[in-house]
Amino acid sequence: MREISSGTIQEAVYRAISRMSYHCDSKVTLALSEALNTETNELARDALQSILQNHKLSPETSIPLCQDTGSTVVFAEIGAHFHLTGQSLPELINAAVRRAQKDCPLRASTVADPLFERNNRGDNTPAIIHIEYVEGDKIRLLIAQKGGGAENMSFMKMLSPALGAEGIIDFVCEGVLAAGSRPCPPLILGIGIGSNFEGAPLLAKKALFEPFGRAHPDLRYRQMESEITKRINTLGCGVQGFGGSCTVLATHILQAPCHIASLPVAVNLQCHAHRHSEVII
Amino acid sequence: MKDFRISLPLSSAEISYLHPNDKVLLSGTVYTARDEAHKRMIAMLKEGVQLPFELSETAIFYCGPSPAAAGMICGAIGPTTSSRMDPFTPELLKAGLRVMIGKGERSPETEQEIKAAGALYLIAIGGISAVLSQSIVSCETFLWESLGAEAVFKMELKDFPCYVGIV
Repeated sequence: MREISSGTIQEAVYRAISRMSYHCDSKVTLALSEALNTETNELARDALQSILQNHKLSPETSIPLCQDTGSTVVFAEIGAHFHLTGQSLPELINAAVRRAQKDCPLRASTVADPLFERNNRGDNTPAIIHIEYVEGDKIRLLIAQKGGGAENMSFMKMLSPALGAEGIIDFVCEGVLAAGSRPCPPLILGIGIGSNFEGAPLLAKKALFEPFGRAHPDLRYRQMESEITKRINTLGCGVQGFGGSCTVLATHILQAPCHIASLPVAVNLQCHAHRHSEVII
Repeated sequence: MKDFRISLPLSSAEISYLHPNDKVLLSGTVYTARDEAHKRMIAMLKEGVQLPFELSETAIFYCGPSPAAAGMICGAIGPTTSSRMDPFTPELLKAGLRVMIGKGERSPETEQEIKAAGALYLIAIGGISAVLSQSIVSCETFLWESLGAEAVFKMELKDFPCYVGIV
């Protein structure tokens, strides 16, 4: 059994949240630069230049990438031989969230009740945490600061299995195009296919943590990923809805077994301020 | 794409000179308002209570800033999705509002209302807070501080970059 104190993990989570609030994934920056090279729409080019300038200015000025500094989402994979001492995992994650909100400072964006009063909790807790047990003696934490705009335009549906790959591609493209500029394109698409009613959205969210622009190991899914990106960019609303050919930067699919009657599909949209990171201890 | 440098308050003539997709560098005093602040402003107007600022002379910026770090003028500044404010917009236009700043499309009905009122909807780019913050001269909580990021903030803008969405 490998013992690690909760303080060590809390510090790592705190640092990850603080860092990603000001530093965009360098692969996303690169993809945006490449998009600027090929984009011909004048307004879209202007917006891309501003986004790239923001990636440079944010760490320099210590002003977060976006005023919606996000809600914290954590996928924790805990090794069977990993033992946490001190605080529980949710306690230490929420302590890190609270510290980052205060120290950076980040925007307090969480209300206590979703419907009545909607009083702001003031510290961004609770983080949304998913725990999984795996082999080994390590802990792997996938941490995101997820903005509300792209989250609001995300969608899922229980499709009929008869619709197949083409049906899924149509469903995804229609949904993303209907979202228009509200999720802040250029986007990254996380798509979950299979599992069940609650499982597909979790796969979609987790797909956003796949290394940016990675190709799916299964050729059939890889072709779906590139077809979705290509089709949306042909028909799409472009950077911030200004037109042009850059609505989607990358599409990541994750799939899982499902019931014989079902074909669950969920699409989690991610804005260009992609704030995802991985901590392994 | 034409570039214009304009200052609030805007006259009808100045607004009529603008076209969709023009780039605008906006200066002047604006007030932020999101969902909850809109609800409260509409409630005040319905009760016949005067708003503490003149709607016709300013702009409503759909924005919930992040807190300013010590020694900074402001935190992260940027637009939120405008369509959430569509249900409140006709009332505010009636009360004199002429300029709105946000991101994304408006409903077809709201678009008509904005055009009919001779008003102006400006689009700011989402997710470029460090860039936009360079155009903030001052930022202070103005109303309903307990709402946190959803409070009304009074901001002084200098050459704040945005684009004409609806005019």
